[in-house]
Amino acid sequence: MALTKRERHLIAAIQEGLPLVSEPYRAIAESLGETEDWVIAKLARLLKSGAIKRWGVVVRHHELGFQSNAMVVWDVPDERVSEIGQAIAKAKVVSLCYRRPRIPPRWPYNLFCMIHGQDRETVLEQIDRLRSLHGLQDLPYAVLFSRRRFKQRGARYVEEA
Amino acid sequence: MDRLAKRLLNDFQRDFPLVSRPYEAIAKRLGTSEDAVLSMFAALRDGGTISRIGPVFRPNRVGVSTLAALSVSPERLEEVAACVSAHAAVNHNYEREHALNLWFVATAPNSERLSEVLRELAHETGCEILALPLLEEFHIDLGFGLWR
Repeated sequence: MALTKRERHLIAAIQEGLPLVSEPYRAIAESLGETEDWVIAKLARLLKSGAIKRWGVVVRHHELGFQSNAMVVWDVPDERVSEIGQAIAKAKVVSLCYRRPRIPPRWPYNLFCMIHGQDRETVLEQIDRLRSLHGLQDLPYAVLFSRRRFKQRGARYVEEA
Repeated sequence: MDRLAKRLLNDFQRDFPLVSRPYEAIAKRLGTSEDAVLSMFAALRDGGTISRIGPVFRPNRVGVSTLAALSVSPERLEEVAACVSAHAAVNHNYEREHALNLWFVATAPNSERLSEVLRELAHETGCEILALPLLEEFHIDLGFGLWR
């Protein structure tokens, strides 16, 4: 998606988050030499176009007691991956679900989903339930629990301000 | 956890008010004051429960990102992880239980810059990096339901 220079500057200004002041959009506008109305209208348009998929509070799961974070990966035949991906994505416990490339022989899996849970046993039970509910018992899979989190923050889409 | 904190964490993960005084709009909905909302958000941010109030971009619409994995020996893991985390393009970096034990997400303004970042990281860490870019997205991100 082609962005104008003004839009790039706006994204650079908001990618670290909205300031905690009474009129945060005005504060951002002033830092950019734009008007508050322009900032609000532009954000609304980025949301409507789908470039921003949600606008709001981004929580950190680990600090909220969801300390078991599993990346579950499957090797699904290519002709079934969209159908299975869409079905799994609807499960409440699944927070993200993507198709990615296999890189044989080191990485044979093409369907990825994330499950956050309060403990390891609960997450493993949820995975078992997903497998039986969606008929995935015969597909090769792996569960990659996180051990240590070295870094977690919002992405920087724009390098220059 | 405080009732106001729970409402702020759970109810405003999307459709955060796009109005001149959003914290006041939230306060009105929750029957409290703008100051109470601002100071609770500040406490949640300072305590690390909130990463930010802001945008979650759809992957690869604004900028380009990829998941990537590498296999690091246990005795080099800390050093390699620190090297990866130090890169401004890296926003997530986790150790995971697998032979490929270090997983990160890198985001750049365009695909040329992203490839360059991955080359730099491979060079700096001395490890082969497997890039696993998104091919298809199945999930509609509605935020994370905490107390439902």
